[in-house]
Amino acid sequence: MTDFLRRLLRTPQGFLGSLIVGLILIAVALGQWLTPYGPADMQALARYGAPSIEHWLGTDQYGRDILSRLLDGARSTVVMALLATFIGTLGGAVLGTGSAYLGGRADEFIMRTVDAVMAIPSLLLALLVVSLLGSSSANALLAIAIAFMPSMARISRSVALAVRKQDYVSAAIARGEGSTYIILREMLPNVIAPIVVEMTIRVSFAVMLFATLSFLGLGAQPPATDWGLMVSEARQYLHRSYWILLWPSAAIALTAIGFNLLGDGLRDALNPRT
Amino acid sequence: MSANYILKRIALIFYTLFIVSVLVFGITQILPADAAVMMLGENATQEALEALRQRMGLNDPVWMQYLHWAGGVLQGDFGTSLRTGQPVGPALFSALGTSLTLAGFALIFMLILAMPMGVIAAIRRGKPADLIVGFISYIGVSLPEFVTATLAVMLVADMWGLLPPAGYIPLSQDFWGGLERLILPVVVVSVMMIAHVSRMVRSELVDVMHTDYIRAARLKGLHPRRVLFRHGLRNALLPTITIVALDVGYLLGGVIVVEEIFSIPGIGRSLMSAIQNRDLPVIQAGVMIMAATYSIVNFAADLMYAWLDKRIQYD
Repeated sequence: MTDFLRRLLRTPQGFLGSLIVGLILIAVALGQWLTPYGPADMQALARYGAPSIEHWLGTDQYGRDILSRLLDGARSTVVMALLATFIGTLGGAVLGTGSAYLGGRADEFIMRTVDAVMAIPSLLLALLVVSLLGSSSANALLAIAIAFMPSMARISRSVALAVRKQDYVSAAIARGEGSTYIILREMLPNVIAPIVVEMTIRVSFAVMLFATLSFLGLGAQPPATDWGLMVSEARQYLHRSYWILLWPSAAIALTAIGFNLLGDGLRDALNPRT
Repeated sequence: MSANYILKRIALIFYTLFIVSVLVFGITQILPADAAVMMLGENATQEALEALRQRMGLNDPVWMQYLHWAGGVLQGDFGTSLRTGQPVGPALFSALGTSLTLAGFALIFMLILAMPMGVIAAIRRGKPADLIVGFISYIGVSLPEFVTATLAVMLVADMWGLLPPAGYIPLSQDFWGGLERLILPVVVVSVMMIAHVSRMVRSELVDVMHTDYIRAARLKGLHPRRVLFRHGLRNALLPTITIVALDVGYLLGGVIVVEEIFSIPGIGRSLMSAIQNRDLPVIQAGVMIMAATYSIVNFAADLMYAWLDKRIQYD
């Protein structure tokens, strides 16, 4: 484990990614205690404030402290994205490995159907699911999870098939090991690593997709502090202040970059050839 | 590539569209919307509503409604919009034309930028140029379209006043005016693809340049430029076709957001407003058209790949 961490932190991507994701997770866990002001506290005299000593990132159209709102919103935005990715990955992995295990016609049928669903752009699929269930954060989470399942199924299937053909699996079969042992001790650890890498990178897509849904008015609803919603609301007040737009945009981008870097770092660290 | 393979691929497209049609029909069936109420308004009498439901076949079992609808689609009849009362097909196909103009320009713009970026990064691996391209592509894949769009409008239209912030004019009507309004949407929708494709080109080329045939070409004493262009690039760029085709799915999603922000009357905007208004026939047709576009583009990419690389034998 320490060896793995050392390998992860040795690459620039892994180091930067761990740093950014670490900071974001701190904001998620402790954000509500770190806020200098209440996220909904309005100060009528300090509207559209530029960054200052009292308000590090400035204030928005109602005079609310932007830093406080961002820290408060980190919880909903990032936790939602993590949950959606996890559910989507789990569903996809069960479908994909199940399909690989069944093989033959069933495998062919499942994978062709997965391919068919992938012909619908994931944003559109998420939009359809949200319109079916109604606009709310929880439904957006479910929509993103569903939109992720087909591609995760595809990836976990190909990983499972590749691992199944490895020499160490054949060796275990030749040694006469039971299938439970082979699946749990030989295959599973090698299947999990690439899926974890893919999942980490997916979190950044989920953050962006979730923010996009909120931006289009189909995710979190005002007065929530969701970052996508903050960007959406800020657009009307562009002529008064650029800061209310810049900060939540930067927060979304930074989170996405962090998870992207961490995913690439994990891939390098888990790849024995590098 | 055998005729058998082509037939199989075409059958696959129809299977895809069948699955998508069942899916989208299923979703729109569960949607809490009563088509009859939407057409006649909230104040219609029970008798009038019942008569209309009878006439539209809304009281039939779901599978019969599906067959009725799918039969129409096969004959090119996508039904009538609940909101406008106009046939859905012609309106959506003209919107599709607008979207394809946007997507086409975005693809060209993306290739012009992403190819050289990837190649330079691969040749100068580990050098500043590689790091800069890597940095740009990390930023690119981490910015959702609505953020790029909002920032671009803020900078280029709002602060500098260089380009109009939104709007659309068909190119056939006013070429330069239309082009001017397309610049921002095209740039915004291609950012993510530029980042992704340049990274792919880089890693493909790095892999190819480490193969034995490249070493052989070098040892043969060929000029490095010839090795790169004739031997390296030809092999490295081929897989990019497949990657770009798969990215078209992403592009179509991006088009929805960008059309909404820049008020471009394309298929994405039609779909968004149909979803908001629960205009079921438009949702069904829009999703079908998007899925068909994606399937056809990927089919074309496979054909092109096999045509360009004679070693590929599909069967």
